Amino acid sequence: MGIPTRHFDALIIGAGGAGLNAALQLAGADLRVAVVSKVFPTRSHTVAAQGGVNAALANVLPDSWHWHMFDTVKGSDYLGDQDAIEFMCREAIPTVYELEHAGVPFSRLDDGKIYQRAFGGQSQNFGGDQAARTCAAADRTGHAILHTLYQQNIRARTHFFDEFFAIDLVRDAEGVICGALVLEIETGEPLLIESKATLLATGGWGQVFRTTSNAHINTGDGAAMALRAGIPLMDMEFFQFHPTGIAGKGMLITEGTRGEGGYLINKDGERFMERYAPRAKDLASRDVVSRAIVTEVKEGRGCGENGDYVMLKLDHLGEAVISKRLPGIRESSQIFAGVDPVIEPIPVFPTAHYAMGGIPTDRFGRVAMPAGHGSEEVVVGLYAAGECACASVHGANRLGGNSLLDILVFGRLAGKDIIEYVRENPYQRTVDSASLEQAMGRLRRWEHKGEGPTVQQLRADFRKCMEDHAGVFRTEEIMAEGYNKLCELRDRLPEVRLTDQSKVFNTARIEALELENMMDVGMSIAVSALHRQESRGAHSRPDYPARDDQTWLKHSLYYREGDRMDYKPVRTKPLTVESFPPKERVY
Amino acid sequence: MNDASRQASDTELEIRRLRWQCRRGMLELDHLLDRFLDLGYRDLDPAQRLAFVRLLGEQDQRLSDWFMSRTEPPDSELRRLVRHIVDVVRERRGGSVDLHG
Ligand SMILES: Cc1cc2nc3c(=O)[nH]c(=O)nc-3n(C[C@H](O)[C@H](O)[C@H](O)COP(=O)(O)OP(=O)(O)OC[C@H]3O[C@@H](n4cnc5c(N)ncnc54)[C@H](O)[C@@H]3O)c2cc1C
Repeated sequence: MGIPTRHFDALIIGAGGAGLNAALQLAGADLRVAVVSKVFPTRSHTVAAQGGVNAALANVLPDSWHWHMFDTVKGSDYLGDQDAIEFMCREAIPTVYELEHAGVPFSRLDDGKIYQRAFGGQSQNFGGDQAARTCAAADRTGHAILHTLYQQNIRARTHFFDEFFAIDLVRDAEGVICGALVLEIETGEPLLIESKATLLATGGWGQVFRTTSNAHINTGDGAAMALRAGIPLMDMEFFQFHPTGIAGKGMLITEGTRGEGGYLINKDGERFMERYAPRAKDLASRDVVSRAIVTEVKEGRGCGENGDYVMLKLDHLGEAVISKRLPGIRESSQIFAGVDPVIEPIPVFPTAHYAMGGIPTDRFGRVAMPAGHGSEEVVVGLYAAGECACASVHGANRLGGNSLLDILVFGRLAGKDIIEYVRENPYQRTVDSASLEQAMGRLRRWEHKGEGPTVQQLRADFRKCMEDHAGVFRTEEIMAEGYNKLCELRDRLPEVRLTDQSKVFNTARIEALELENMMDVGMSIAVSALHRQESRGAHSRPDYPARDDQTWLKHSLYYREGDRMDYKPVRTKPLTVESFPPKERVY
Repeated sequence: MNDASRQASDTELEIRRLRWQCRRGMLELDHLLDRFLDLGYRDLDPAQRLAFVRLLGEQDQRLSDWFMSRTEPPDSELRRLVRHIVDVVRERRGGSVDLHG
């Protein structure tokens, strides 16, 4: 077909923390490694992570990886796989030291050791006193990690394809994945990258919801590629929402605002959290506050012309407190909400923040899926790591500081496993022309001319539908209606037309490809959520308010074909220690 | 094509090229840069346009610091541009506010 082709030992799709840490292992072992990224690598979303990364270094307070493991299992509402969690918490310690040696400028204590902050959900002694486990490089941890890894990769001669968009995975005649079709964004020309092993590290998909804290690039491309390759997505119903994003825009307004004494009001000026959580009020847990906000809006007490948000009031704190203790909040509110919080309240609404689910992997980053009769099989040559993957360390709810840890640990492990794999499988497989043709079809489909809805229209309808029907508030009725609406939207997708058919720098075409990906991933969330009839972690159902371990202590698997669900058991047996049996979660 | 329309079409081509450069790792920057490209870029003079290209070449973390007034750009041209972008993109309440842009 005459598509230009390049060959590498390993192809890594995504240049965030996960992709770059994997690439570094490979380049260090003298493998030929290609990293494809749709944006310049240091513009990956990892750069937005400011809080830090968890590791039980015990530099500030006593700590152990075993306590970290307990907190993570509990935080996951017992849906996390305990072998993977044990592994991650043990690996956290060498991982942070490795970063330190690589040059990440962690904030330090007077004695020169890495400083560690205390965050919610961290305990000493299996649920005892507060622990301090989060290592940070000032308020720019993600940036520091991403830059350090990028520089090291440049030194190790990793081959970067910057501003190339991966379209789909390709297979050989036996069905083994052996690379991907990508598109050079500048020229609009396709390129086939053949590889012995392929790693998906494409990050999250907050963009499927109308209000999200995620950058525009987070459209779930890798997860959708996996779905189209027949691989199920795991635990997709678990999506973490942050209660206070700027309404209609999504930027985070830190929890610190409520910690400092800020509170939420509805259109009548009522401090409504008093009704939902009489004791904790505005400091109740994230999901409680998020649901309260949505309930206020649903019951007609929302603010603004459309009544679709509530207000966060800070003005009573005074200018000094706001400027000093809540840096950036004033600027952010002024720019993105047009209000000065010193004078007036900020319009807020829950914002989609973090995807717990994703492409199912084992703890070596190998993609694994059911093979019938309760057994599992590795998908030969395919790996996934980072937010797009689900090694199942977050279960139903992620703890702050554990996702940077996840991407680093499993990115590195995937890299190491690929080295072994390529040694054992040194020959490049030949891409099957039918598989390539199928991938090219995805591209050509956008050359169809004529009348039809625009990408923008469909995207807006879709994201609103996801927010209304698969967001924070999940009852059978709301979700079933949402599923029907999503099916209608999906049916409209083939009618969508691009008005701009040119090739060079055609971002409209990229946005069209992203929309297809978002709709596939969105559907996996909606269907998985509809089926899970219990409340666990971030998935809360007013019609099934309790956790139901009897029926639902299991992972969901969504298949694109026929919107089918399957389930698999949670791995409750750790590697070396005793299991933590499910308990009620009280904080 | 007369001069004015040639210039206009050159500008549209520039905007196409710059559009993807406005895709960043932080939502705040996506919003500021992408909206400015639509709302303010066409009104920049050639020197300011070059400054905008220069701005896009900066690291996300630095841009974020500048836009959120934590630090200032080293030269006056970028300082002015950063302020101008904020001024153009800043949400204005009252009247018909587009909260969902
Ligand atoms: C505002 C915010 C703050 C956060 N703070 C913290 C924190 O303090 N601590 C913490 O632990 N976690 C935090 N998180 C979560 C954490 O930042 C992310 O989970 C993590 O950075 C994801 O890393 P990644 O490597 O998986 O993907 P990303 O960094 O998102 O990178 C994805 C890569 O894939 C590429 N890509 C995607 N699609 C394609 C395609 N089709 N073709 C080619 N390339 C593609 C992109 O270009 C990019 O290079 C935060 C998240 C947000 C939104």
